[in-house]
Amino acid sequence: MIAEAGHYALVLALALALIQSTVPLLGARWRDLALMNVARSTAIAQLVFVAASFAALIALHVSSDFSVVNVFENSHSMKPLIYKITGVWGNHEGSMLLWVFILALFGGLVAMFGNNLPLSLRAHVLAVQAWVASAFYLFILITSNPFLRIANPPIEGRDLNPVLQDIGLAVHPPMLYLGYVGFSISFSFAVAALIEGRIDAAWARWVRPWTLVAWIFLTLGIAMGSYWAYYELGWGGWWFWDPVENASLMPWLAGTALLHSLVVMEKRNALKVWTILLSILAFSLSLLGTFLVRSGVLTSVHAFATDPTRGVFILLILCIFIGGSLSLYAWRASALKQGGLFAPISREGALVLNNLFLTSACATVFVGTLYPLALEVLTGDKISVGAPFFNLTFGPLFLPLMIAVPFGPLLAWKRGDLLGAAQRLIGAGAAALIAVAVVWAWMLGGSTFAPLAIGLALFVMVGALSDLAERIGLFRVPLATAVRRAGGLPRSSWGTVFAHAGVGIALIGIVCETTWNSEYIGSMKPGDVARIAGYELKLDGVNQRQGPNYREMIAQFSVGLDGRPLDTMTPSKRSFTTRGSTTTEAALLTRGASQLYISLGDTAGNGTIAVRIYHKPLVLLIWFGPVLMAFGGMLSLSDRRLRVGAPKPAKSMRGLQAAE
Amino acid sequence: MTRRQRRLTIIGGSLAVLAVAAALVLNAMRDSIVFFSTPAMVAEKHIPPGKRFRLGGLVQPGSLVRGDNLAVTFQVADGSATLPVSYKGLLPDLFREGQGVVAEGALDAFGVFRADNVLAKHDENYMPKDVADALKKQGHWKDEYGARSDHNANSGASRAAQGTPQTGQGALR
Repeated sequence: MIAEAGHYALVLALALALIQSTVPLLGARWRDLALMNVARSTAIAQLVFVAASFAALIALHVSSDFSVVNVFENSHSMKPLIYKITGVWGNHEGSMLLWVFILALFGGLVAMFGNNLPLSLRAHVLAVQAWVASAFYLFILITSNPFLRIANPPIEGRDLNPVLQDIGLAVHPPMLYLGYVGFSISFSFAVAALIEGRIDAAWARWVRPWTLVAWIFLTLGIAMGSYWAYYELGWGGWWFWDPVENASLMPWLAGTALLHSLVVMEKRNALKVWTILLSILAFSLSLLGTFLVRSGVLTSVHAFATDPTRGVFILLILCIFIGGSLSLYAWRASALKQGGLFAPISREGALVLNNLFLTSACATVFVGTLYPLALEVLTGDKISVGAPFFNLTFGPLFLPLMIAVPFGPLLAWKRGDLLGAAQRLIGAGAAALIAVAVVWAWMLGGSTFAPLAIGLALFVMVGALSDLAERIGLFRVPLATAVRRAGGLPRSSWGTVFAHAGVGIALIGIVCETTWNSEYIGSMKPGDVARIAGYELKLDGVNQRQGPNYREMIAQFSVGLDGRPLDTMTPSKRSFTTRGSTTTEAALLTRGASQLYISLGDTAGNGTIAVRIYHKPLVLLIWFGPVLMAFGGMLSLSDRRLRVGAPKPAKSMRGLQAAE
Repeated sequence: MTRRQRRLTIIGGSLAVLAVAAALVLNAMRDSIVFFSTPAMVAEKHIPPGKRFRLGGLVQPGSLVRGDNLAVTFQVADGSATLPVSYKGLLPDLFREGQGVVAEGALDAFGVFRADNVLAKHDENYMPKDVADALKKQGHWKDEYGARSDHNANSGASRAAQGTPQTGQGALR
């Protein structure tokens, strides 16, 4: 009954989406307010029905109703409750339902909080949003229905993939989807602007909060996924340049570029045409990511060819939306008026440079991800494009970008003073040089790359702080005045400082982890001691334990530093009987920002066990950086000027009505 | 500067960055791309020692020998040829005799494949895509490889999607 209700709710949501994708457009054409307002009610109603459908699937999973295929294939009655819930999106059908739920959520939010939007713009935006929604409802209902029943219900389910039975599944996919799908809003705004043939700085002000929300969640989602891979896979790696990861990195790069170009558009009314293109690209790359992950094309080009319904359907959605929006862009973009002038050396120029490097980096990731697929389809040759490719392409493009980051906020709008900015960055430059010298001396001439990269990271961080010091006049005015000024600084300026510093912090983590990572791989028996980076790890013993739906072999290590006992670590290996597979649960010991990491291998007959121990210096900074970036984003979002529904000065209201 | 000059500066700068990016991509394409082979292809093509490639096939049952301190040797077979592989380190959770495997490394002077990485990119439901494709091409594909995932599914409900890992969007790999 619940399954049928959920299915029916989804069909109703499709019907509502179809209404929402047509009626408001007619309303906008005929200037009929009632018809335009249909968009608002249908968007909210759509959200209610998709939420009901999603809740139905959760209820089915929680109650372990194995007469539903999706529950049977991905659940088990003994599974802990949290994994029964997260298992809903740990599979293809459920994760697509989460996708449309979040899409409807964003549509509903625009409907609810978009009261200050011009009526016709809101109608257009919600209509475009409904086109996307309709396409994906159809996809789910036709090819991936999660509510299908089995004729003869089995007694027990086949359990969720053990790797996914982790708290990471509760957080990572929803966050990633909030990011991916959030870019649909900027896409809808861009297409709406193209249809209306009118775009202005106010447009950028409406789009920016939505883009910022999507970007914050995408940043956190990617960081979370990376940390999850790090502790769950047992390999100590945190980024593999895997196509699935690249699929989320590409929208992030495009989205970061979009955030910056929106600033130019909002402040200076320039770069309009480019911003529209970036909005389209960011969401197109999200759709591409969905296609790559969901169509099975990564598993095998041949599997895709033999069971093509899903893949072809998403490919069709991809072609229609990307092709359609780009055609519309080609046709209408020239009609948009060009905006303000600026000199190449100016804040605008710096932001253009940022966009240029971010999109080029995005393009190299795109090539590296899709080239193997294209080559296999065209010639049958199989190649793998891995970390070396991306290190050689992505790295060199990020280098100049990082050097430029501290300059951007110090340049004035319209016409900047590069020499002046450089003078203000002397402190940051000196800090960077000292760091390079200290690290190089400390390493006694090891790799030359690491000290330089750390110097660069420090330049970015101190550069962000000197921008802050410059703004509040630190060291130039009395301290009390400076503090007062700091309080009065717009939150978005604080956001910039935190986000840019976050980039530098992440870079330090990345460099330290890759350069000074030490590793011990060997077989140990109880009583053996392994020494790594000054720590002594003694294997005390190995025990067996029964978990809710698995058996576990736990090894206990006591960790000591310089002869003093410090802590114990208990890595384990879990065998899941239902699926007949094992997972490795690594043990982590955090010391400051560094971590000790133990994962277990196979046991041998003579009582020894293979272990892999890592010491990863400052590894936590890799994820602390993105968290700080997201925090900067949130500060920026809370800026009064951007607050959704914030009262606007009367003057700009008049401006809007005049534009109507 | 006139409007025209400014525009030219920006367009020129953009083209320069794009050209650099393209050059980087082409350069990296030449040096850092790894091809995939099966033991039969290795026998045919005479890959020189030291050239890195990915070797895929099935771990020959009975060939796994564990040496001292995590050194292992095993044979990789694809039905028509076998190739000895040596590796030092932890094998992935799902490494088993008779199952598919992908190893990355190079041949040494004695014709032994020295792997520095054995990939764990598959779960029990599916074989590494390269291996499955190669086996199918050579006619050694047995249906149970793919069918395993559906062994206890009801006939009407089972989707015989061989090779679709049941991993979510959030799935790690």
